[in-house]
Parts: sequence; structure tokens; C-alpha cells
Amino acid sequence: MRGFWRAFRRNRLALIGGIVVVVLVLLAVLAPGIAPWDPNRPDVRKILDGPSKLHPLGTDQIGRDVLSRMLYGARVSLAVGFVSVGIATLIGIILGALAGYHGGTIDAMVMRLVDLMLVFPRLFLLLAVLAFIRPSIWTIMAVIGLTGWMSVARLVRAEFLSLKEREFVLWSQSIGASSYRTIWRHILPNAIGPVLVAMTLGIPAAILTESGLSFLGLGVQPPHATWGNILNEGKDAIEIGWWLSAYPGLAILVTVLSYNLLGEGIRDALDPRLRQSIGRIVSRAR
Amino acid sequence: MFGYALRRLILAIPLLIGITFISFLVIHLAPGEPVETTVGESSTQSDAKLRERLREIYGLDKPLHVQYWNWVTRLARLDFGRSFSPDARPVLQKIGERLPITLLLNIVELLIIVTLAIPIGVLSATRQYSTFDKITTVFVFVGFATPDFWLALMLMILFGVQLGWLPISGLRSPTWEYLAFWPQQWDFLAHLVLPILVATFGGLAGFSRYMRQSMLEVVRQDYIQSARAKGLPERVVIGKHALRNALLPIVTVLGLSLPGLIGGSVIVESIFAIPGMGQLMVQAVFERDYPVIMGNLVIVATLTLVANLIADLTYSLVDPRIRVAARRGRR
Amino acid sequence: MNRGDLLRLGGLLLLVVLAGCGSEADTVVDAGAGQGGGKPAYGDTYVEALQGNISGLIPNVLSDGPSFEVASLLYNGLVKYDKDLILKPELAESWQYSRDCLDLTFKLRRDVRWHDGQPFTAADVVFTYETMISPRTPTAYGSDFKSVDSVQAVDPYTVHVRYKHPTAKALQSWGIWMLPKHLLEEAAREGKLREAPQNRTNPVGTGPYLFKEWKSGEKVVLVANPNYFEGRPYISRVVYRIIPSSATTFLELKAKGVDGAKLTALQFKRQTEYPAFRKAYTKYQYAANVYVYLGLNLRDPRFADRRVRQAFAYAINKREIIEGVRLGLAREATGPYKPGTWQYNANVHQYPFDPAKARALLASAGWTATDSDGFLVKNGQRFKFDLLLAQGSDEGRKVSEIIQSSFKDLGVQVEIRVIEWAALLKDFIKKRNFEAVILAWGITPDPDQYDIWHSSKTSPDELNRIGYANAEVDDLLEKGRGTCVEAERKKYYDRLQEVLAEDQPIVFLYFRDGLPVVSSRVRGIVPAPIGINYNFNEWFVPLNLHRYTAG
Repeated sequence: MRGFWRAFRRNRLALIGGIVVVVLVLLAVLAPGIAPWDPNRPDVRKILDGPSKLHPLGTDQIGRDVLSRMLYGARVSLAVGFVSVGIATLIGIILGALAGYHGGTIDAMVMRLVDLMLVFPRLFLLLAVLAFIRPSIWTIMAVIGLTGWMSVARLVRAEFLSLKEREFVLWSQSIGASSYRTIWRHILPNAIGPVLVAMTLGIPAAILTESGLSFLGLGVQPPHATWGNILNEGKDAIEIGWWLSAYPGLAILVTVLSYNLLGEGIRDALDPRLRQSIGRIVSRAR
Repeated sequence: MFGYALRRLILAIPLLIGITFISFLVIHLAPGEPVETTVGESSTQSDAKLRERLREIYGLDKPLHVQYWNWVTRLARLDFGRSFSPDARPVLQKIGERLPITLLLNIVELLIIVTLAIPIGVLSATRQYSTFDKITTVFVFVGFATPDFWLALMLMILFGVQLGWLPISGLRSPTWEYLAFWPQQWDFLAHLVLPILVATFGGLAGFSRYMRQSMLEVVRQDYIQSARAKGLPERVVIGKHALRNALLPIVTVLGLSLPGLIGGSVIVESIFAIPGMGQLMVQAVFERDYPVIMGNLVIVATLTLVANLIADLTYSLVDPRIRVAARRGRR
Repeated sequence: MNRGDLLRLGGLLLLVVLAGCGSEADTVVDAGAGQGGGKPAYGDTYVEALQGNISGLIPNVLSDGPSFEVASLLYNGLVKYDKDLILKPELAESWQYSRDCLDLTFKLRRDVRWHDGQPFTAADVVFTYETMISPRTPTAYGSDFKSVDSVQAVDPYTVHVRYKHPTAKALQSWGIWMLPKHLLEEAAREGKLREAPQNRTNPVGTGPYLFKEWKSGEKVVLVANPNYFEGRPYISRVVYRIIPSSATTFLELKAKGVDGAKLTALQFKRQTEYPAFRKAYTKYQYAANVYVYLGLNLRDPRFADRRVRQAFAYAINKREIIEGVRLGLAREATGPYKPGTWQYNANVHQYPFDPAKARALLASAGWTATDSDGFLVKNGQRFKFDLLLAQGSDEGRKVSEIIQSSFKDLGVQVEIRVIEWAALLKDFIKKRNFEAVILAWGITPDPDQYDIWHSSKTSPDELNRIGYANAEVDDLLEKGRGTCVEAERKKYYDRLQEVLAEDQPIVFLYFRDGLPVVSSRVRGIVPAPIGINYNFNEWFVPLNLHRYTAG
């Protein structure tokens, strides 16, 4: 672990990414305290006012303060990222662990399920589900999570396959530890590194997915602001209200960027042996 | 080789069944009833009688497993049912007329991604930490981070409105029928430029990144080091030995990245007004057109499955080791 | 194109999603170069943007806006609304009512031919009627003919209709698109009009344009009908381009990829005022036949109290909403009729923005105490309700966000819930399972709104969704629809508006403006209360301005 930190700290970009991630989370948490305006209060005398001292990032189509909406939007956007990736990770770990530990029929079945889920273009699957379920914040999180667990499952399984032959696992089995206990105490902690990387890469992907859904009108619904739906509102005023698309766009860019840098940093600092398997996730993240 | 191909094909059968199962499940998880939209809000005949009749026609009064069985057996005969929208056309026909353009776009995109991503990946790997590598890294992250629809709008404004070089949306100009043969082809191509640009941007980013990674792995291997030690020129070492080995896993990744690409068509086709499967899907979703949504899911997933199979077989052709590994039951 | 909408609305009062599909006219503010002179000439192509794919080509069995827009150039009815919203003969030459309003006789034009050359006769009228009332026909407009007793072809060019009782809207219902008997008889008998090839590849009507092709999701192409009974239309080709994204449509306009489209308020007001755009396009503005309202479920004891509803009416700043949501491009609604029509009554109780009065009214209804968050409380319950809203409606979203904000000042907590349209109707509105809702009504030129306000119309599939019951209103509605004498009807509807304004069963917000834009090379557009599209066959492009040479 210490080796990991040393390697990670050497990577300046990853460090910056990590700091930005922390700052963004802080901003989101502190939004009610630092937002200068009520994010949901319209003012029809200020429709699409440009950035000014009063409204540093301008106002939107019904005169709400964009900065305040961005801050509150950070909460929803990041929450969508965290929770959906959390769901995906949980499912991925459980199924991946089951498959990797038990092998045999269970493994074959889980891997078939993974293959199966992977042949569905994610956006098609998301749309099909959202057509029939009310798109609230929670359903969006759940649906993004439920369609994104496959890479984690593969990773965890791969870890298990290689770890379960190692001495300490064999030893704990030999002294009669239950399989549940073996998984929890001995294998999972060792698999956590690559999972962490998968998570840092999954969060920005989820934020992007939400913004795509917002574009189609199926994203998180008002009055909740998300970066995705602020950006989407901006598209109708792109030439007269650039600030309405530029700032949320920038926020998404910075977020995705810093999570990716962070993820790459963690990966580079991990055992190089893992790199290849994680590389696959990067290409699957979108 | 033949045995391997056969085994892959047999393995695909449960997946195919799985595809129908998931497609069916996704739709029927939902609490709503599809009949509602067929009857329509403005209909004064939305009385119980008409609805009852529709339920009968679509078999919605039967238990779920019966509905699934009926549906699957009809699928087996390539009968995807009729659309719930008022045109009531066969789903297969509706999808059929939209499939070619989506396929065309995706294949062209894939080709462009591959031809660009490989050199970019190789170059940035062999010159790790060079200016070129840094620029492409930035490009990659920007590519990851840009929402498709936003990029599309920007390009439309720039090339369509400001510069006036390219058409903004659609597939053909209103006067297409009156153009001569070659101008027709040119007109069609010009309409494809922006959508393809947008769709390849994100994919290119991910793919070149992966290529770089794969190349970096290979370059560290012993046999490359020894090739260098033997005094082979760097061009040969990279171009012949390293590249060949780095390309191998790429074939699989290509197959795996297909769903993402096709999924992207949803947004690209919506914003560029391209009558493809993605647009059909969005429309069906808003109309709650169950048969079209299910048909779309099944066909898109099956196509991906087929593409993956092709990728797998190609992979095994270029790398015999895979066949052996597969026999040992590892994937 | 307007006529399509009008007819659709003519069938019954229609609930529309707040998405922007209104298109009829009242007055036109902008009258730029587009109406300039020039010599009428045949030729050129007109390219119009459609927001969605059409769902078919036989409009009688369809219900979506884009399909109606296309169909309006392919088909005709016996009568149609003229530019001043007065019914005029179209395929009919004339009509005659008996004194008791029970017998209606149409004389048909003798010079009308179907697109395939067959003559249009009384048999087609009878066929269309029988198709519309057939239970096998999946149509939304069958109920228009409910009070018809019989329809007979007296001779090939005379049709006699007998009604069971006087029906004010009888004439209007004959604006229904006429269908060719010789082609559709079998499909209609089998209830398979939607599956008929005429719904897909070769529709045959009597209208000014012939069908050329339909590329699903891409475009629909029509060409001028040289044998049209009112003369060959000038513009020889019409291309409808299907562009789902409004942002894309607007960019296409700017790049001149389309000649006509509907603008959003923001585009109309803020994005199209620069010289190049004003030179290339003419913008039009009408009061569309659509009004937006705040519906309150009167089964809820809080809303059953009239003082609460009146308080809401005072608490909502309609000017602010019109400014914020439509950038001023809408007219305040005082009741369910559009200002400027014969049935409109301006002398009703008005509700200017007055928060103090609103608070006083709420106080008189018992809402006096406030809790720690500043919200009103009665019997230990905070005044709080869910405001439902259809998903995908940008306009509805903005309206509800503004209402939410002003009600917060009043001490009433509003939670906005956005729900997918079909689910909103099915799970909430039809089950009467809602507290408040933002919706819009599309209204007809005829003032009969029996279906919306009558106390007998409250069952799940009926339209009195708020559960309104007022004996005087019931009586006025019955009298108003039971005669075909306009002056008498006016009396009843004037009084109806007074009662509704006093009662505020719903809070009437605004009539939105339709905002179409047309390339300025197109001439012959005469804006009128009905809109601009009613005389499309007279639009033309002067020879020197032709953009598309072919055709």
C-alpha cells in the first residue's frame, strides 16, 4: 500500500485530478452554503442575462442564476455518478466473486450473463427501460447502475482466478475457513485496487450518460438541476446564451478529465500486471 | 479451426435466447400497459370495448410466460409483430428500412476509427511522454468528456451556418432526385460528414488510448528487447514485431466496442435527423411502441453478437493460441 | 395545414401536451417583405420542417400533428373554415338547414375528381360517414356523428343528413376528410384502413397536392395536382423534412435548408432579429387555439373551496408567466374562449396580480397560521400539493417553476412532479389521482365545451377531469348546444364565461401564440385569424426568385 502511495504521488497529473475531484465533491456538499441565489427562483426581468457581478455565470431562460444551479447541479450529477457506479460495483463484485471463487457451472453462467449484457448497446437498453419507468433521479441511477456492472464483474472474477491459487488463500481454506469468510477476509481486499480504477472511470461515464439522456428528454427531470439538463437547456439558446452551454460543458469536461487522470494514476501506481485487464475497461467506459 | 468456429456458434445460441429473454423482460417489468397509446388520448372510442379488443389482439390478457412463448415462437419465424403506432406496419419492415443507414454509418465509423487510432496509438506509445503523446492524451480526454449532442451542435453552427460548407442535417438535399448521378453521391457523402465526425470522435479517443496501452505492454516484452539487441532497426522492431502482437487484442476490443458505437447512433441520429435505428428507437420509446422497442433491442443485440463472433473468429485466425486456450475453457 | 388541426380539434375538445403544436391565427403582428408583390408563377419547391415522422396517410384513422399537416394538402372535406373562422363550402357547393335544425342537405360540386381520375360523388360521402361510425374503424372522430340519424345519397350530387336532435356542431363535423369509396371500401369493411396501401404508399384524395413519396423518418414529398378543382397550385412541389430536434430545425432555417418552420418564443424574440434573417424570412404571429391552465382537482376539499381557487388566481402573476415563458408572445386568458372570437366575453371578473388579496382570501378560507418554514397551516396540516406536469414539455416546466416560486411567497408549498405523458394520463388524470396539474386545452372554433364542463362528464375516460359541477353551467351548456341559431347561443356562452370566471374551476393562464416563419421568397401569404396556411395553394414564388429549378 505504501508503495502504491509513493508511485501515485509521483504522478503529478493524477494528483491534480484527485484534488479537483475532492474540490468538486466539496463544492457539491457545500452548495446550499455557497450558492449566491436560490437555484430555483425565476426572475423574468433577467432572462438570459450574460455573466455579471450579480450573476457570475449569467442567468438561464427563466432568469435563474446559473452559478447556483451549477452548484446544486453538481450534487445531482455527482450523486448520479456515485450511486449508479456504486450499484454497478456492488453487483459486479458479487457476481464476479461468485464466478471467480466457485468456477465451474456458476462461473459459466455468470460469464454468459456478462456476455449477454455486453451485446446490448447500453443506450438502447437504457431507453427501453426508461420508456416505461418514470425517470426520477433514483430510477436513472438504478438503470445506469444495472446496465454497467459487467466490466467490474469481469475484473473481480479475473482477480479471483489468479488469487485463489495463492498460498494465503489455500492456507485459509485448508484450516477450514468458510468460503464466505475466505472471500471476505482474504480475496476481496486484494481485488479492490482494480475495482477502484473501474469506479473512477465509471463515474464520469455515468455523468455523460445522464447528459445524453437529458438531451433526449429522458434524463433527471426538473426542477432538479443537473449539468446535463442545464447543458441541454442551453442548446436552444446556444448563440445568444453561450454561458448556458459553456459552463456546464466545462464542468463535465473538467470532471471527466480529473476522474480519468485519477483513474489512470491509480492504475499506473498499481501492480503493472493488472494494467492490461484494466485497459479493457477504459475502452468500454463510454 | 472449423471445430472452433462451430463451438463458438453453438455457444451463441444460448446468448440468442438470452437476448430475447432480456428484451422481453425489460419491457414487461414496467407497470404500464402498452394498449393505452394505441387507443390514444384523443380517441373517444377509448372505451372499455375497444381496449378489450386490443388486449385480445396483442394477447396481453394472457400470463407472462405464455406471452413470452408466443412472442419467441413468432420471432423464430422472423415475425416481429406489428407496430402499435397508427401505421400498424410490420416491425421487421420498419426496422428493415432503417437498418442500412445505421449499419453504413457504423461500419464507416469503425473503419475510420481503426485506420486513425492505430497509428495514433503506436506513435504515442513509441514516443511516450513526447509532445505528440501529450497532445493526443489531451485529445483523448476531451473526446471522452464531450457530450455528443453538444459537439454536434457546435460543428453544425461552424460548418453549416457560419461557413456554409456542409449540409446540417438529413441524408439528401430536397432536390436530390433532380441531380445527376455523381452529384447525387457527392450530396449524400456531404450529408454524412458531420454525423460521422461526431460519432468517431469519442470512439477514436478510447481506441487510440487502448492501442497505446497495448503497444506499451508489447514493447516491454522480452522478445522485443531481444529483437532490439540483435540490432534490428527500430522501424522493423516496431512496425513488424511489436505492432503485430499489439494488434491481436485489438480485434476483440473492436467487437466489444461495437455496442457503444451503435448506442451512440441514438443521439447522433436524433440530432442530425438521420432516419436510422437510433431515431426509430427514440420515437418508439416516446410512443411506447412495445413491438418496435423489443424488435429493435433484439436486432441490435443480435447484430452485435454476430459482429463479436466475426471478431472472435478473425482473432483465432490470426492467433492460433486462442483456439487452444478456448479449448481449455478459458475466455 | 391549419385546417388539419382545426378539424382535429373539431372532433372534440382536445387535451394537448404543452409542447407547441398550436397554429391558428388571430392577428398578425409581423408583416414583412414576405407578403411583397411579384407576379404569380408556377414552379419551385417549398421545404417545410416537420417535428416528427408522420404515422400514415389516411388522417381519419390517425391522431398526430405531422400527419394532419401533410394530409391537409391531400384531402378535402365538404366544408372548411375560411380565414375568418367561418364555415364555408369546400367539396360541397352549398348546404341547407331545415327550420328545426334537424335536416341538413348538401349539394356537391360536380367538377371534383379523385387523384386517380374517378369522380367524387355522394356515394363517397355516405361511405366516409359509414366508415367513421363503424366500430371497426380505429378513429377518434366517430363521436362527431353520434347524433346523426341517417345519411343518404339523394342523387350522385346531393346528400341528405337527418339528425336525432338539433346539434350546434353538426355542420362543422362535415369538415372530415372525404375518403374514396372505390379504393377503400374493402379495407374499411375489414377494419383495416391503417393497414391499407393508401395509408402507406399511394393515398388518393381530392386535395391540391398529389402524393409522391414518403421516406420514413426522412421526408414526405408532394407534387401539385394539375386538376385541382380550385385550379392548379402555384408551388409545384412540397417537401416535408422530418427533423426531430428543434435546435437542428432552427440551424437548418439559418442555413436556408428549410423554407418554413415553427419558431419557439425564444427564437422568435431573441434569435431572429438580425438583418440577414429578417431579409430571408417573414415571421408571423397568431393567437393559437390553445390555452394553458392550472388544473385543480375539485375533489380535494382544499380546492373545493372557491376562495382558495380565487386566491390562486390572484397569486399567479400571469404577465410574469407570459413574459418568462413566452417572452410576451401570448395573451392572458380570462376564460376558455379566445379573445377576438364571436363567443368571447371580455366583461367577466378579472384577477390582476394581487398577493395581498390572495392572502386575505386564503385567510378567510381558514389558512391563517404559518409553520416554522413560513408555510400556511390549517388543522395541523401544511398547505402543500403536488403539481403534475407532462415530461418533455419545456413550456410546462417553466410555467410550473414560476408558479412554484410565487406560491412559496404565498405560503403554499408546491412540489413539481414530471411524469411521462401516457402515464400522466393513465395513472393520474384518468384515475383522478392528482392534486394539481399544468396542462393545455386545444379549443375549437365552435364554443360548445359540454364535454369539459358538464357535471355528467366526469367518468374516467371523460374530459371533466377536475370534477366540476355547477347546475347553472350544466344548463347553459345544454342550451348552447341545442340550437343552431348563433345569436341565441352567444347569450348562453356569455353567461357561461361570467360564471366560470367567478368560479375559477381551473386557473386560466394564457393563450399562446403560434409563431411560424416562411421564406420571404414565398408570396401570396395572407395572414388571417385562422393562420397562414389556409390558402397554401395560392402561395407562389415569383419566377426570378425560384430557388429550386427542377419540377
